[in-house]
Amino acid sequence: MALLEVDESATYAPLGRVTSNVRCVQQSLEYKFQTMKFRTWLASIAGVLPASLMAVVLFLAVYAWPAIRFNGVRFAFENTWNLGNLYADPITIAGTQIQPGAHYGILFLIVGTLLSTLLALLLAVPVGVGAAMFLAEKVDARLRTWISLFVELLAAIPSVVLGLWGYAVLIPFLAHYLFPLLTHTIGYVIPIFGGPSGSGYGLFTSSFVLAMMIVPLITATVRDALVAQPAPLRESALALGATGFETTYHVLLPNTRKVLIGATFLALGRALGETMAVLMVSGNALNYLPHNIYDPISTMAAFIVSQLDSALQDPTGMAVRTLAEIALILCIISIIVNALARLVLQLWSGYAQRPRLAV
Amino acid sequence: MTIDVASVSHQIPLSRTASASHQVRLSRRLFSAAGWIAAGSALVFLSALMVWILGVVFIRGFGALAPSLFTTVTQGNGGGLLNAIEGTAVLSLGALLLAVPFGVAAGTYVSECRFSRWASVIRFLADVFVGVPSIVLGYFGYVTMVEWLGWKFSVAAGSIILAMICLPYICRTTELALGQVSNDLREAAYALGASDRRVIMKICLPAALPGVLTGILLALAISVGETAPLLYTAGWSNYLWDGSLTHSPIGYLTYAIYTFINEPFASANALAYAAALLVTGFVLLINVVARFVLGQVRH
Repeated sequence: MALLEVDESATYAPLGRVTSNVRCVQQSLEYKFQTMKFRTWLASIAGVLPASLMAVVLFLAVYAWPAIRFNGVRFAFENTWNLGNLYADPITIAGTQIQPGAHYGILFLIVGTLLSTLLALLLAVPVGVGAAMFLAEKVDARLRTWISLFVELLAAIPSVVLGLWGYAVLIPFLAHYLFPLLTHTIGYVIPIFGGPSGSGYGLFTSSFVLAMMIVPLITATVRDALVAQPAPLRESALALGATGFETTYHVLLPNTRKVLIGATFLALGRALGETMAVLMVSGNALNYLPHNIYDPISTMAAFIVSQLDSALQDPTGMAVRTLAEIALILCIISIIVNALARLVLQLWSGYAQRPRLAV
Repeated sequence: MTIDVASVSHQIPLSRTASASHQVRLSRRLFSAAGWIAAGSALVFLSALMVWILGVVFIRGFGALAPSLFTTVTQGNGGGLLNAIEGTAVLSLGALLLAVPFGVAAGTYVSECRFSRWASVIRFLADVFVGVPSIVLGYFGYVTMVEWLGWKFSVAAGSIILAMICLPYICRTTELALGQVSNDLREAAYALGASDRRVIMKICLPAALPGVLTGILLALAISVGETAPLLYTAGWSNYLWDGSLTHSPIGYLTYAIYTFINEPFASANALAYAAALLVTGFVLLINVVARFVLGQVRH
């Protein structure tokens, strides 16, 4: 583990203190100047990273500004995506040119994004934690490495390939076997499982594919946290007569709670912004709220891709600017979610999160 | 007087304690067994999904592979993937060319000046940046470069957006790699009077080179697997790249996967599966290698 973490408490002299610590070496002004120059140079190149993040938010905000002003707050609460009459002459409302009848509201996108993400988390967290418990406690350390690698590579598969698999394999399977089965069994008891089982494109399929992408993140983080639990904890629980599972479930797992919450936030951020796989399996609903788990949905990220072509037909550009507004909202949400995730992981749980590669 | 051991032990009703504890233990044992079975089946389920996906991609992909894929360009609903392979290579290498200098420098700064406030700001923002959806960056690229700067769908726009996606990854993996360089090396170099620049450029970075290179490879894998940000920055072209950076769209493999699987033609679907095989194989290979080099496999 020690090898893998970026050890915050490293004992070597940080650059900022080297020159003052090494007093016995007579340092010429030139040496100090060179050091300062190199450090400043490095710091300013590193500044490209925050600068590009700022540029993204800023440019999107500036570009989307007319749309933000035109759409107002009702944008988030209305269920209409209507470009207006594209054959008519543009009209001017409150200083903004739009096509007559144009009206934008993305409630269905917000609902679709939230529902698919939450359902994905509901699927992914139990499976991820279960797999992590089994890997950490029941699998031999050497074998664990290989099985973990195999399962975690799920997160490395490009989302368009998962979308391809979902489109070509998963959807026929779900639509022909699982969905009719669910409708005719628990569908009679629980309304959201009932109703027409649809074509396979929809909320559940999107959530399933999303869950597959985020499960490795949860498994890997919880597994690491479980393995890192102090041995005395495990031994005392066993000495008190707890079974192996009770030790893991009642003693070790509660200790990884904060790490799990952090990982869930990270997973949430990833699921919110996932585009291609959702685009290929969600059914791309328009102005429609799902009534059961089989109904088609659309998410904010997928909608940007699926609608840009038609938005370009709007000669006033308001549709394209409204899509930019969606992108801006998505960007800000994901920045907040990811910042929260890092804060939870690093400050609250004290878990030195190693940068994960595939995830 | 001797204690009748047998009678003393008989004062405790052995059979009752045994049966009572046995009852408790049975329910707990059942709970534990059920728990492990549930946890184990979660793992089996995940592995089965992975096998299922890899099976579909590799079996159908290999079935669709043909030499002509690598020698001809896409024509209508068939042909080859030469233009897409070339385009993916051009876009990804262009992205690396832009992202590597900045990413490695940022990672070096974050690792070697880790106690400065600016470094922790950058580390935090790199983590946040990794989480920004790629479609948001793609749309940013569309708004700024394709429309505002008037580059149209182009190699430059696609590469710059891919570079922005790679940048935080390279920064973090460089930091990870430098973090594994022994502190003794740094201290020895400073003790000999080496300057910051010497310590970093001649001691730390060479020692961390395998890790840094792997991080770069990983960024390559990410850019090869990206689709959404390229749809509206790079466009698509059936032809080979004409060498111009702007005003000319370019093909790439992930577009072939996304588009050709929706076509009602077997030849188009075959192209999609072949492209999926190439992309998945490449990305997984890099990820496995990366884990070994960066030491995440050796616990």
